[in-house]
Amino acid sequence: MFQLNDVKYKSIINTKQLTIPADTVTAVTGPSGSGKSTLLRLLNYLVTPESGAVSYQGKPYTDWEPTELRRQVMMLPQQPVLFGETVAENLRAGRLFSGREEASEEKLVAAAQQCMLDKNLRDPAENLSGGEQQRLSLARLLLAGPDVYLLDEPTSALDEDMEWNVMERFLAEARRSAKGVIFISHATAMAEHFADHIVHADSFTSGGGLKS
Amino acid sequence: MTENTSIIELSFWQILAAYVFIVLLLAIVRWRKIPREKEILISSLRMTFQLLLMGYVLMFLFENPSPWLTSLIVLFMLGFAIWNIFQRVRGPLTREMKRAIAVSMSIGTILSLLYFNFVVIQFAPWFNPRYFIPIAGMIIGNSMTGITLGVQTLTEHLHSQRSRVEAALMLGATPNQATRKLVNQSFDAAILPTINSMVGAGIVFLPGMMTGQIISGVNPVTAIGYQIAILLGITGAVALSVILFTQLGYKTYFNERMQLKE
Repeated sequence: MFQLNDVKYKSIINTKQLTIPADTVTAVTGPSGSGKSTLLRLLNYLVTPESGAVSYQGKPYTDWEPTELRRQVMMLPQQPVLFGETVAENLRAGRLFSGREEASEEKLVAAAQQCMLDKNLRDPAENLSGGEQQRLSLARLLLAGPDVYLLDEPTSALDEDMEWNVMERFLAEARRSAKGVIFISHATAMAEHFADHIVHADSFTSGGGLKS
Repeated sequence: MTENTSIIELSFWQILAAYVFIVLLLAIVRWRKIPREKEILISSLRMTFQLLLMGYVLMFLFENPSPWLTSLIVLFMLGFAIWNIFQRVRGPLTREMKRAIAVSMSIGTILSLLYFNFVVIQFAPWFNPRYFIPIAGMIIGNSMTGITLGVQTLTEHLHSQRSRVEAALMLGATPNQATRKLVNQSFDAAILPTINSMVGAGIVFLPGMMTGQIISGVNPVTAIGYQIAILLGITGAVALSVILFTQLGYKTYFNERMQLKE
């Protein structure tokens, strides 16, 4: 469970109290520019609030070793990023960065298929389209297998059918392995369909409290 | 090591005749209307003044060799080189970055210099200015160029690839892992000119030290021995100071919570 108490960050985040479960699927909604990404960056410990405290599993962030926390609570940025040349290298990067042992080729293929990416492992990754790179990034994250996934509009470059399908399959896998997911969604319908909880930007930007 | 071939002492008028090259350059820029006259004049005057000054300083040092004076001159050269790096890098440098530059320049050049003087050349007394100062000049000057390139590449890469570095942090990478690729690219860019200078030496150009020794009458084989040693020493010094710099330099972009600074 994540807890934010009296957290203020720049003039973006301002919340008295906010609790987000770490073992279910939560959608973060709100207009663009309302601080949704900043909330995920706070939870990933990429930024530190100016005042107040954030904690995960009851332990304040200031007591966490930052990379240790991030290896349990991983984030996916909205713009997909490539690490390495081939599809395989890119899939392996998450486990490499987080100090986990290397995954077998079968596992790489399975994760790619789970995210509907049908590519040869030896294909060059830079030839992939934006949508394919997003699916590659999702598969990389799935392989890394943290306890909580923080997803910043993970399917924004996909067409609607594909978007729903990929989310469906990703979340099914996360639920199966009892992982938590916090995802930002621009589409209310998708948030309502997939999430167990919805956190609206109002609850962490206007000094408000929990609204799930 | 000097042979008894007499060297032509350049007279005042002969040196003055060499300034015809500057007059030629001035004529060209005036003809092409390139606004560079001021810089050409200032830099040729500065060159003349600095070298004359150095000539007298060296002459004084050779007549009064002292460990203190030699060390002082070398420290002054080092300080000037560090200051020069600060000036030559485009864009502002943070305080931490300046510290990283100063520390890596100092440790890298001094360690290389000590090894080169005490193990390779082994001249006595150890502070003999005739050896110590020119060797220090070459090692410090080349390290300065190397670190300048390293700073330039590192800052550019960390700026253009910020989102990539941050995406790696998001996955639990340490700052070291997240920047490994671009740190290696910066190191590579910084040492490449030094490696290239070894490739071209002797065929494309005759390096300055050797040229000078040959003109002053030293046997070419002796001169080449020195040149080989100094090129290797320079390569080592550049490599050492640049690797130190990259290792200290990338860390200045992160805070103690392993977050990228804004």
